[in-house]
Amino acid sequence: MAPSDRVAPTAPEPCGHHPDHACAHRHGTTGATLQVDPTALISARGLCISRHGRELLMDVDIDIREREILTLIGLNGAGKTTLVRVLLGLEKPDRGTVYRRKDLRIGYVPQRFDSDAAIPMTVERFLMLGSSVSADSIGEALAHVDARSVRNQQLGELSGGELQRVLLARALLRRPNLLVLDEPVQGVDYTGEADLYNLIARLRDEAGFGVLLVSHDLHIVMARSDRVICLNRHVCCSGVPETVAQHPAYGRLFGAEAARAFAVYRHHHDHSHDLAGMPQPAPGEAVADPARGEK
Amino acid sequence: MLEPFFVRALVASLGLAAVAAPLGCFVVWQRMAYFGETVAQAGLIGVALGLALQMDVTWGVLIVALAVAGLLLWFGRQKLVPLDSILGLLHHAALAAGVIATSMIKGAPVDLTGFLFGDVFAVTGTDVAIILIGGAGVLAVVAWLWQPLLRLAVHEELAAAEGVDRETVRTVFIVLLAVAIAVAMKIVGILLVMAFLVVPAVAARPLAGTPERMVALTALIAAASVVAGLWLSATVDSPGGPSIVIVMSILAGISVSWAAFGRPGVRPR
Repeated sequence: MAPSDRVAPTAPEPCGHHPDHACAHRHGTTGATLQVDPTALISARGLCISRHGRELLMDVDIDIREREILTLIGLNGAGKTTLVRVLLGLEKPDRGTVYRRKDLRIGYVPQRFDSDAAIPMTVERFLMLGSSVSADSIGEALAHVDARSVRNQQLGELSGGELQRVLLARALLRRPNLLVLDEPVQGVDYTGEADLYNLIARLRDEAGFGVLLVSHDLHIVMARSDRVICLNRHVCCSGVPETVAQHPAYGRLFGAEAARAFAVYRHHHDHSHDLAGMPQPAPGEAVADPARGEK
Repeated sequence: MLEPFFVRALVASLGLAAVAAPLGCFVVWQRMAYFGETVAQAGLIGVALGLALQMDVTWGVLIVALAVAGLLLWFGRQKLVPLDSILGLLHHAALAAGVIATSMIKGAPVDLTGFLFGDVFAVTGTDVAIILIGGAGVLAVVAWLWQPLLRLAVHEELAAAEGVDRETVRTVFIVLLAVAIAVAMKIVGILLVMAFLVVPAVAARPLAGTPERMVALTALIAAASVVAGLWLSATVDSPGGPSIVIVMSILAGISVSWAAFGRPGVRPR
């Protein structure tokens, strides 16, 4: 945003976001007029959502393209899950628009799957539910995720890791062109975590779907991603993993752990976050967001 | 024993058992027993409405059941007060309002017991026809929506993200539930309607490994309970509806006990 655009710095934006906080991102709350990449699987412009007077998303733009692994990182409460829910159509934004490509076919691995045993359901039956898949392809999908042995078990009897892999198998069986995984490593041990990300990357190479991955996990995710968006209710920074890792907002959010994850680490402020997580203007200069360069 | 009134009672109850089986299973799977209970107990207001407007009370019950179900869904949108607390409050309020409303109907005093516990041996040929035709309609819709209903019951958000229209499917299900409650009211009464739906499903759960088998078992258990309950009623002259519910409850008690003590952690398929 050029300084000359700031006509009335005291008036808050329609999304409640103060226009003069020197956040590097743009305040296009009339998101619909912004350019949308027609080849993107899903695009969103100007998403704002608040619940109970608390802003969960502020003016978020996002594009997920074919065959790319886009990772959404951010601390707890940064709005990652909310953004995914809006993109999936599970929640309506207060403002902003989601554009889905016509042939979009989503495979979704939800963050929580409370498989209590109220409903009797074998893994096999669950994988067949709602789509016509052959017994062969079920075996194939379970083999892909290394979970062949649970085929005839009840969903309620699975461990967290097994359930996660069964959910991934179900998502793959739908032959998606976009795979959405919300914190897929919960309930999976550390080596399982690396395996899972490697598996996702390998499947992407084979099947050619785009991947939207939510994580607050840094090391492996960053290495496996084509693009990273760092979210803290607004898009703090985005770009290829190296760019994001060098971005001051990322360093401030993730601190020492981020520095260890990437050797290259520079630190300068363009905005800070107060205790409630709201972006605040930083004293001194405003630095251009590296993410803007790729748009 | 096979007097016409007994045959009518048997046919009506068996028809209801078949309709209640899939609905009861979904009520159990989606933890809606208390929701259904509240909707059913509000039915007494519908009875008063039907009597006041001099129409068949089934219509009155149906209208009020739909209105209360809509109200509950609307209440469920806020997250500050848990829905089960709201239901706990409302099902008493609904019953109290119903008793007051029926007491204010002019003319002959209303037989409250008949509406609360049903009078299965008083069903007419018309009632039987309504149950069989209405029941066939409900079953047809359930069969048509079976896949989306099941997907929502397994994981609502996953189903919605995969493209199931959850608002529509859920609304249709609640309408079906309200229809079943209104139709079943004459047989088992508004206080025992939900038992007719839920108890056989509870009895079937520990014995079933797939959703379809659970529905089939539920229908079988309900049908067996109807025959045994009506036989009991004819033999010892106990009220019909409650006799059926008691048999169902004994079967459910045995089944759940077996699951709790007999085979812990093992579910046969």
